[in-house]
Amino acid sequence: MNEQLAFTIEVFLNGLMAGVLYALVALGFVLIYKASGIFNYAQGVMALFAAMTLVGIQNGQVPFSHLINAIFGTDIHKFGWSVHSFLAIILTVFVMIALAWAVQRFVFRHLVGQEPIILFMATIGLAYFLEGVADLMWGSELKALDVCVAEGACLPQGMNTWLEATTYDALGYGFFIDNLDIVASIIAALLVVGLVMFAQYTKQGRAMRAVADDHQAALSVGVSLNFIWILVWSLAGFVALVAGIMWGAKSGVQFSLSLIALKALPVLMLGGFTSIPGAIVGGLIIGVGEKLFEFLIGAPFLGGATENWFAYMLALLFLVFRPQGLFGEKIIERV
Amino acid sequence: MKDNAESYVTEDGRTIGPVVMEMKNITLRFGGVEAIKDISFDIREGEIRAIIGPNGAGKSSMLNVISGFYVPQEGEVWYRGAPRPAMKPFQVAQQGIARTFQNIALFEGMSVLDNVMTGRLTHMKTGMMAQTFWYGSAEREEIANREVAEKIIDFLEIQAIRKTPVSRLPYGLKKRVELARALAAEPSLLLLDEPMAGMNVEEKEDMSRFILSVNDEFGTTIALIEHDMGVVMDLSDRVVVMDYGKKIGDGTPHEVRNNQEVIDAYLGVAHD
Repeated sequence: MNEQLAFTIEVFLNGLMAGVLYALVALGFVLIYKASGIFNYAQGVMALFAAMTLVGIQNGQVPFSHLINAIFGTDIHKFGWSVHSFLAIILTVFVMIALAWAVQRFVFRHLVGQEPIILFMATIGLAYFLEGVADLMWGSELKALDVCVAEGACLPQGMNTWLEATTYDALGYGFFIDNLDIVASIIAALLVVGLVMFAQYTKQGRAMRAVADDHQAALSVGVSLNFIWILVWSLAGFVALVAGIMWGAKSGVQFSLSLIALKALPVLMLGGFTSIPGAIVGGLIIGVGEKLFEFLIGAPFLGGATENWFAYMLALLFLVFRPQGLFGEKIIERV
Repeated sequence: MKDNAESYVTEDGRTIGPVVMEMKNITLRFGGVEAIKDISFDIREGEIRAIIGPNGAGKSSMLNVISGFYVPQEGEVWYRGAPRPAMKPFQVAQQGIARTFQNIALFEGMSVLDNVMTGRLTHMKTGMMAQTFWYGSAEREEIANREVAEKIIDFLEIQAIRKTPVSRLPYGLKKRVELARALAAEPSLLLLDEPMAGMNVEEKEDMSRFILSVNDEFGTTIALIEHDMGVVMDLSDRVVVMDYGKKIGDGTPHEVRNNQEVIDAYLGVAHD
């Protein structure tokens, strides 16, 4: 097999995997945007918060320990136990649901009927507030995230060497793919199928779409706006947790994690703000596009480092020629 | 006065049931403005009850009080023989009171069928998980709900546009889709806020026909607001007349038509 071609394919596959991670973040944006028309700037910080909470619970960290120590002059940091990953994930899900409730109760309930720009500004505030809370609760040092769902069924480890060896035997070229990426892809696929089925087939999903479309009409058919909004923020929190786990396992849980939200923006412009499949396809196109562009054009001709701006350039082109994205609802204004 | 709990037969030979909803001394204020001043009236089972009056008389506010969108400062709403506690609009809807809006409130991004199906939301009972995976009882329930929706779509003669996104429909059809969604809830009380506003004669005739046959075939109690006196006289069993937030008339169309105060309000009165 041609070495150059094989390497291109490998770059392509790795791009796909990176795209899945972008798509995971974009998914959280789409969920909230679809159901409440709010562009949630805080989605990236929610992923950070979820990942930090998960690590904190796993390691048996005392929440707000710095604060407690500073006030009472104590010196406690850890409970002295560690929690099994599976249990920790479930506990984190509950924390995210509580967060969803609090966000709805203390922020958005008071902003019903306001302009979208005001709701957007509120999410910016929420992002900084949440970042501060995360810092206060769990401390700001870089932490490793190691998730084992059961004995031996840990997230990465082991599979990539097998894959590389097998493909080397078969094709004469060993494909190297980070196995965390493979796990992330499978989980993302499951998540998307689950979310789409939920939105299409359930009463709550239907109510969600109704609320997104018209508040008054939704009330008149017996839908509780509050309940739907808490549900939507919980789902977004759950997606943020999944994204946080994947990104955290890849590059450690640190505050720069909240910046992945910025990478999700071009994904949304490509896929459309209102489409769940669009978020996935957009993520994949950006992931593959930036890797291939760097490999084929950027590195040989442009001096490299094109990955930093390629996604934004692509988004710009889309904004000019197809503002609703690939799958977004067409913007029709009747006069 | 007829007894609240008894049925009676009207001059037209229609049987009108006992009182289902009673408004008792309702007063609604917006700041210093009294939109509704101490109004009482009742709605009986199986009747078509019209609320009429000039612009700004407080008719829509009255409907909003019944459907829970407005909470009156004074007075009580009695439903099925008991005072109704303060309720959110979605709770009122869950009690079986469906409504349409004066300025059409449809889910513009959804198809006609999807819109009608949202009317079935209060009838969906199976769990979230079962529905997600389309499991057993969820499937049966969805099919049953779909059947009701299709029946109503047939009934209102909108089969041809079932799959059309609502945003593409002309005004008259949107009104009809909104009625379909309200009917899909199989309401015990149907509130229609100016169902014929902005329609041409032909569309008005269609809509009147639908309202009458809904009342006839499903036995649905209907309270409606309408401007067109001719339509109201033909459709309704009893009429409440409002003017400047006050009730100035209540009775059969015939009684109301001959009420001097009502005539003054509608035709204007010479001030000397």
